[in-house]
Amino acid sequence: MTTTTTPPADRVERVDVSAKPRRVRSGSVIGSAGLYLATGFAALLFLIPFYLIVRNALMTDPEITGEEWKWFPTDIQWGNISEPFDDPSVDFARSLWNSAVVGVLHTVGTLLVCSLAGYGLARIPYKHANKVFYAVLGTLMVPTAVTFVPSFVLVSSLGWIDTYRGLIIPGLFSGFTCFLFRQYFLGFPKELEEAARVDGLGYMGAYWRVVVPNSLNFFAAMATITFISGWNSFLWPLVIGQDPSAWTVQVALSNYMTGQTVNFHLIFMATAISILPLVFVFLFLQRWLVQGIAQTGIKG
Amino acid sequence: MSTITKDGVSSPAPAKASPAKPRRGLRGSPTFNFWLFTGPFLIGLAIFVYLPILWSLYLSFFEARFTVTPSEFIGVDNYVTMLTDEDFMGSLVTFTIFAAFIVPLTWGTSLGLALMVNRLRFMRAFFRSVFFLPTAVSYVAASLVWKMSIFNGVRFGLANTFLGLFGIDNTAWLASPDPPWYWLVILTVRLWLQAGFYMILFIAALQNIPQEMYEAAAIDGAKPGWQTFWYITLPQLRATSTAVILLLLVAAYQAFDEFFNLLSKTTWGRPPLVELYHKALGESQDYGAGSAGALILTVLICLVTLLQGKFMGFGRGEESK
Repeated sequence: MTTTTTPPADRVERVDVSAKPRRVRSGSVIGSAGLYLATGFAALLFLIPFYLIVRNALMTDPEITGEEWKWFPTDIQWGNISEPFDDPSVDFARSLWNSAVVGVLHTVGTLLVCSLAGYGLARIPYKHANKVFYAVLGTLMVPTAVTFVPSFVLVSSLGWIDTYRGLIIPGLFSGFTCFLFRQYFLGFPKELEEAARVDGLGYMGAYWRVVVPNSLNFFAAMATITFISGWNSFLWPLVIGQDPSAWTVQVALSNYMTGQTVNFHLIFMATAISILPLVFVFLFLQRWLVQGIAQTGIKG
Repeated sequence: MSTITKDGVSSPAPAKASPAKPRRGLRGSPTFNFWLFTGPFLIGLAIFVYLPILWSLYLSFFEARFTVTPSEFIGVDNYVTMLTDEDFMGSLVTFTIFAAFIVPLTWGTSLGLALMVNRLRFMRAFFRSVFFLPTAVSYVAASLVWKMSIFNGVRFGLANTFLGLFGIDNTAWLASPDPPWYWLVILTVRLWLQAGFYMILFIAALQNIPQEMYEAAAIDGAKPGWQTFWYITLPQLRATSTAVILLLLVAAYQAFDEFFNLLSKTTWGRPPLVELYHKALGESQDYGAGSAGALILTVLICLVTLLQGKFMGFGRGEESK
């Protein structure tokens, strides 16, 4: 481009600030105040639902439905925390446990199966590898949710209704996750593996001892994304979990919503509890999560 | 590959073959390893994706109510039933309206947030987290907040309280299709849930734009702001935009959770998946018609994806790199 004409002095100056992406325009004070004002306002809007959950969870019902809007509970009802667990109509603790089991096994299984396949497709020379890859890509065009009717038929004929097997196994074979792992492994430095292979390791050995330990960031990111989607999924657990003992926390929440009696503070406390583990995971692992999403290969 | 042993060894051949891969019998062969790595995934894919699709295809030609092992072949009747079914066709209309709003809305919002956050000098990580945080919330939980606390149609709902300040009467947001206020509820809940995720994709793409391009543009006299955005930022984001739009469209097709939970007792405002859910798993348990509907949808999605790929050049950005 035109950078050839840049005088050396300018280049030195640029090195100083290279850590932060510098704007060409040196934003005026008014401009940046406006920017912060707009961003802050948008942030407030994004935080309102979280605030409402906490507010309603810690209020009494008369306060929530009262004539006058109250921004904060006059008397914080800490006792509300135990209410979802005491409520006999929905076994809330059981649903949390089901979600935890499903979420963890779903994550471990998906990562294992999809990362191996992604690596095989990206790295192992096999003459029909492309055809196999297209067979995987083809399933991306058929969203899993659209196949829920036939999948339900299959799973019910296997007798897997109301079981962990039924909740977990059909969801492990995600074409999208496999695709993301393939994209990632394509960019993995080849030299590392080749060194391992020259030292006498087979494909499997090189994979477990060299590739995986050097990809932990990406695995952490994918684990977070997979766990979040497992914990939050609703349609499949709704279809499979017909007996209340097999409900996940999302199905339980949905049942509160459509239930006969509306018990506001209980419902919002249950919601808060259902979100809390994820928000925690999320804030804790955010760095990897953002990196992982940015690395997924869908960027320009 | 094994040419060395067949005829007289010519000197350049082994030099070409030897340095790359040491291999020892079957365990070391790439073909064996390829299947070892991909086998478990492919078997699962065959059983839980391909088999259901084929089974669905089979079921769709049979009368299959309350049973998944049907006997009465009825040809394309299920397809005719679905294509003339007012509710199913209505659900396609619902989807079209939904996609027409939610895709550009989310595209614009996530890009706008990315541009704002990317410009911040300090507290950038904080604001990014705030916008990203809803990604952790489930559609069910968010629907609950929207339905019971923001748009609950009575006086203590946040939206009605706010409008009350301006003397506007209570609005029953979800109670009737006319006026269709329920769209406001449906669209805002999804926008809140997914904008942050796509914002991250845009931020990643923005940071990939070489700074020199902006400097060169400044030298060439482009005014910062609208001009640089239109002539540099936007074209540079083309590949990401295309991918984002495609992902948004596929996600819109799969819309279920918020419609199901927000409009649980209504017969209107049902996107295809909700309609199919009621058809196949509702009182009639019509697996045949449900399967036919699922296949019609799948074909539609494939068509739209291919068309979009043609028009917007999906994948072209990747190849050119």
